[in-house]
Amino acid sequence: MNETISFFSGFNINDLWFLGEAAMRTLWISVLSISIGTVLGGFFGWLLYEGRLTAALTIAPVLDIFRSVPLIIQLVLFYNFAPIVGLDLDPFGSGVVILTIYTAALVANVARGGIEAVERPMRRAARSLGLSYWQDMRYVVLPIGGRAVFPAWVGVALGVMKDSALVSVLGYVELLKASQILITRTQEPFLILIIAGAFYFALSFPISRYAAKLEQRWAQ
Amino acid sequence: MIEIRGLEKYFGALQVLKGIDLDVEKGEVLSVIGASGSGKSTLLYCINGLEPIQKGSVLVDGSDVHAKDTDINKLRQKLGMVFQQWNSFPHLTALENVALAPKIVKGKSKAEAHDIAEKQLKHVGLADKLSVYPNALSGGQQQRLAIARALAMEPTYMLFDEATSALDPELVGEVLDTMRLLAEEGMTMICVTHEMGFARDVSDRVAYFHQGVMDEIGPPEQIFGDAKSENTRKFLANVR
Ligand SMILES: Nc1ncnc2c1ncn2[C@@H]1O[C@H](COP(=O)(O)OP(=O)(O)O)[C@@H](O)[C@H]1O
Ligand SMILES: [Mg+2]
Repeated sequence: MNETISFFSGFNINDLWFLGEAAMRTLWISVLSISIGTVLGGFFGWLLYEGRLTAALTIAPVLDIFRSVPLIIQLVLFYNFAPIVGLDLDPFGSGVVILTIYTAALVANVARGGIEAVERPMRRAARSLGLSYWQDMRYVVLPIGGRAVFPAWVGVALGVMKDSALVSVLGYVELLKASQILITRTQEPFLILIIAGAFYFALSFPISRYAAKLEQRWAQ
Repeated sequence: MIEIRGLEKYFGALQVLKGIDLDVEKGEVLSVIGASGSGKSTLLYCINGLEPIQKGSVLVDGSDVHAKDTDINKLRQKLGMVFQQWNSFPHLTALENVALAPKIVKGKSKAEAHDIAEKQLKHVGLADKLSVYPNALSGGQQQRLAIARALAMEPTYMLFDEATSALDPELVGEVLDTMRLLAEEGMTMICVTHEMGFARDVSDRVAYFHQGVMDEIGPPEQIFGDAKSENTRKFLANVR
């Protein structure tokens, strides 16, 4: 039987390259969403902390929705309905928007917890030195509260990176979608899923290691 | 000079200060004594504007602490405060703890701020702890660090809120010694304290607070020897 006329063909080195590129897309969409989402979530967390009643009635329920509706539903809904309101985003753009909001919703709670972790006497001591509200936020609350909730934030970030696989349903060729394409062609699901899993691990492991190192250094 | 006139403070419906009139002159050391809950801490918070007031006024060198157009962050630089809990910044070394405010509030360069910090840490006897993080310091050392941190802003006044109450007994002495040193150097101080020995030996005047009222104020000999107020005598009989 002639191999070249077969629709199926075995896994080869080019496919590895293909997966590598897809992994970079996973990394890119994650880095983008996590960075913007963290800044946004920090802001929301601050609103939740300072605004208390108003924020509890306005943004808190919205954040709850984004936190509790499965990401895959948010993605599909947004991708299909955004054009109706004139937002014509490609799968990548839609993925970034939804992952960013999702990250922000998760980070908001983490950030509020971080601010709460810095107790009133500490903040009063800072203010008694003449620090303004924002100087206190920047030089006392951010470093102390940030360290307190850093592990929780790392958890969110790693989770979002894994969840970015769901953007594949929109057709964006990140790691999972690329694996599916290769599986269809090669009919070697085990091999390819193991390789894809290894890529995910390779993306997360340095982050968790680095995070652990940082925590260790802060704990001294 | 600190001038307090008709100061009234409420927490919700609870009136905590019921019309306080008090002047503290430059160079004076005033000790404030009284039962827990009598409003001593609140008085200090009202002096540096950490708590808003409902009636009356507090003037510091003529500036109204609670006026809307007062730059409170600037005014607070004149008013160092030391709390019962030392509140060291855990992410900064002793040197950085002290240098932070001079750097970001006063805009000093890093080198200048570190010079100031080193000087003040020597001042309170922590010259050998510059690069140590607070969690490696004892409570007494952390409280002296807090004193150095306040002094680094070169305040005119120092407010102490039970600076030794949270300390293990064997660590109280080193903090009181530092406070004595400041008093000898001529610092103007308001010390809320339960250390009657300190109040008697170091203060120019002692004020006794009772349920939100300044029941009696006078030289230590009067308060501890010949108190006019029945409440003062009862209180002192109980603490001794
Ligand atoms: N933030 C606050 N909210 C409500 N009540 C308070 C607050 N701070 C102090 N109080 C009340 O005010 C009274 C005076 O407290 P405080 O000034 O701390 O007394 P002291 O320092 O003399 O022990 C107490 O009854 C206390 O419970
Ligand atoms: Mg008190």
